[in-house]
Amino acid sequence: MLKEDQLKKVQEDKKKWGGDLSKMLSETPERLPRFTTVSDLEIKGLYTPEDIKDLDYSREVGFPGVFPFTRGVQPSMYRGRLWTMRMFSGLGGPEETNKRFHYLLNHGETGLSIAFHYPTLMGYDSDSPNARGEIGKCGVAVDTLKDMEILFEGIPLDKVTTSMTINPPASVLLAMYIVMAEKQGVSKKEIGGTIQNDMLKEFIAQKTFMLPPRPSLRIIVDTIEYCTKEVPRWNTISISGYHIREAGSTAVQELAFTLADGIAYVEAAMERGLDVDDFAPRLSFFFDSHIDFFEEIAKYRAARRIWANVMKERFMAKKPRSWMLRFHTQTAGCSLTAQQPFNNVVRTAYEALAAVLGGTNSLHTNSLDETYAIPTEEAVTIALRTQQILAEETGVTNTIDPLAGSYFVEALTNEMEEKAWDYIRKIDEMGGMVKAIERGYPQMEIAEAAYRFQRQMDANEKVTVGVNKYVTDHPPITIWRMRPEIEERQLKRLQEVRRTRNNGKVKECLGEIRKASQNGGNLMPHIIHAVREYTTIQEICDVWREVFGRYTDPGYF
Amino acid sequence: MERKIRILIAKPGLDGHDRGAKIIARGFRDAGFEVIYTGLHQTPEQIVAAAIQEDVDGIGLSILSGAHDYIFPQVIQLLQGKGASDIVVFGGGIIPEEDILSLKGSGVKAIFVPGTTIEEAVKWVRENIKPRK
Repeated sequence: MLKEDQLKKVQEDKKKWGGDLSKMLSETPERLPRFTTVSDLEIKGLYTPEDIKDLDYSREVGFPGVFPFTRGVQPSMYRGRLWTMRMFSGLGGPEETNKRFHYLLNHGETGLSIAFHYPTLMGYDSDSPNARGEIGKCGVAVDTLKDMEILFEGIPLDKVTTSMTINPPASVLLAMYIVMAEKQGVSKKEIGGTIQNDMLKEFIAQKTFMLPPRPSLRIIVDTIEYCTKEVPRWNTISISGYHIREAGSTAVQELAFTLADGIAYVEAAMERGLDVDDFAPRLSFFFDSHIDFFEEIAKYRAARRIWANVMKERFMAKKPRSWMLRFHTQTAGCSLTAQQPFNNVVRTAYEALAAVLGGTNSLHTNSLDETYAIPTEEAVTIALRTQQILAEETGVTNTIDPLAGSYFVEALTNEMEEKAWDYIRKIDEMGGMVKAIERGYPQMEIAEAAYRFQRQMDANEKVTVGVNKYVTDHPPITIWRMRPEIEERQLKRLQEVRRTRNNGKVKECLGEIRKASQNGGNLMPHIIHAVREYTTIQEICDVWREVFGRYTDPGYF
Repeated sequence: MERKIRILIAKPGLDGHDRGAKIIARGFRDAGFEVIYTGLHQTPEQIVAAAIQEDVDGIGLSILSGAHDYIFPQVIQLLQGKGASDIVVFGGGIIPEEDILSLKGSGVKAIFVPGTTIEEAVKWVRENIKPRK
């Protein structure tokens, strides 16, 4: 970026500075032997034009809304439209969660995001023995279309988009959403939203799995194929690094494994015969925003640049929209502490700022009490207000990608990109992500990084305030508790649905699903048919477990 | 020579958060214990069967979904039913302070909450779990 004589001058000045610095350090050494990111990436004390001397602005940085989108996917970014404020919510039954949705929308939230309870996430009904002790605790219980109808009472589905964190039974919940919207008078052509539907990262990190990788991938491609034709405003998949990071990966691993998962989905959909430019514009991403400020910002910028190149060069996508990496961000749950929980408000604010400076398209901010339970109304309000303060008061939305051109941020963006490519190449050499997962490769890499971080924490090489430094007692905070009558109500409703629906029709629908599962036809129309008859989530998933077999955890550690 | 302490690290319920369980399994192994890890999504019945079959001295349960109030006492009861209540049960995860007392009352020997170091957990095991005869 600099002329040769200018660069030479910088190098000379740097040498002089280096001399002064050594002299000073011989008297007063630096505070730490190594300065590192939370991912243990070593950071230099100073970055200069020399660190980005080969950076080609037009090719590698460019303009927002223009390939390779390093500076953001929209030409006007937050000056045109703020990110979507989308709080991940689900508690107790559909009644409680519906109330929370209305509360958040009334307080300025701009998109919905459903957290389901564990039985739904794993494809079990609330009355399954596997659901014992779990009902309504980590999210909302949804067994049938009936629950979905209650969940969205009074919410205008032509105006609000909904994200659903759901994986093995993603197709079933999408089907319920489609039918519920239709009953509200909003057609599937109009609804907008996202299903997470990213099974590869489940095997790698989040571990809500049901079927083995290959049939899982087949059902995902069914949803991609169906939505491409029938639900054009739906993001068919949210390719997620969040859970990879929360499981203990480094930022580079999060970046690399997520994009490698994305590559695997694109390949699978193309193998089905889909045109890349038909489905790629509806792929979306989801990243963590951890506590290391600049590392996160560099990660988002690198992610957009790598993906744009992958789509254009590797998959020959032609539409600019296919090249764009659009992403949701959640602040890092794993950075929060049970100790001195009010400090979590501060952590979340810094993390939200990093996400915004990194150009996120949508954001969830964690609540201060989430190291204990689902957030209370008071806690979630502070979390939402954190985003609103960022958007309305701090001025960070005034200009696009304000850290571009920083010697440090550009150099770190380059470094993360290079390191991510090393991983992606390695996974390619293994034969792609499915094969890598079958070998346990990403799982072991993450376990190793998580263990290393814990050891560094235990040795006080890494500091978490209130945990291994500045430790003090803190009074207990009031937390949300699941009321037992919610469980009873849920079980009663499920029984009532089973009693009043047309069970002959349900049986027929399940037969259709079984046949399509075995013969390979697209499952989506059959699933929609089944949920319309109030077939339960487990009834459908049990068919798949029988046809495809179950995936069990290999338990790598 | 005294045999090594054998610990079963178990992940009951449907929750998939295994970061802590895997770290503690590896930390125990590095500390010289014999460690068996069940993997995820185990029912209390499966955990107790594995503990007895593997002849372990202690079971470490890790749970982050909030189902501890059902699952921990269930494991203790099943152990009693099998005449194996000498197997020490301890646990960790997202467990509100007010629940810890009642879990201890039901027979859980210790609950480790976030912020526990590997060394602290290892030390506790050495002091509280002996290889059974």
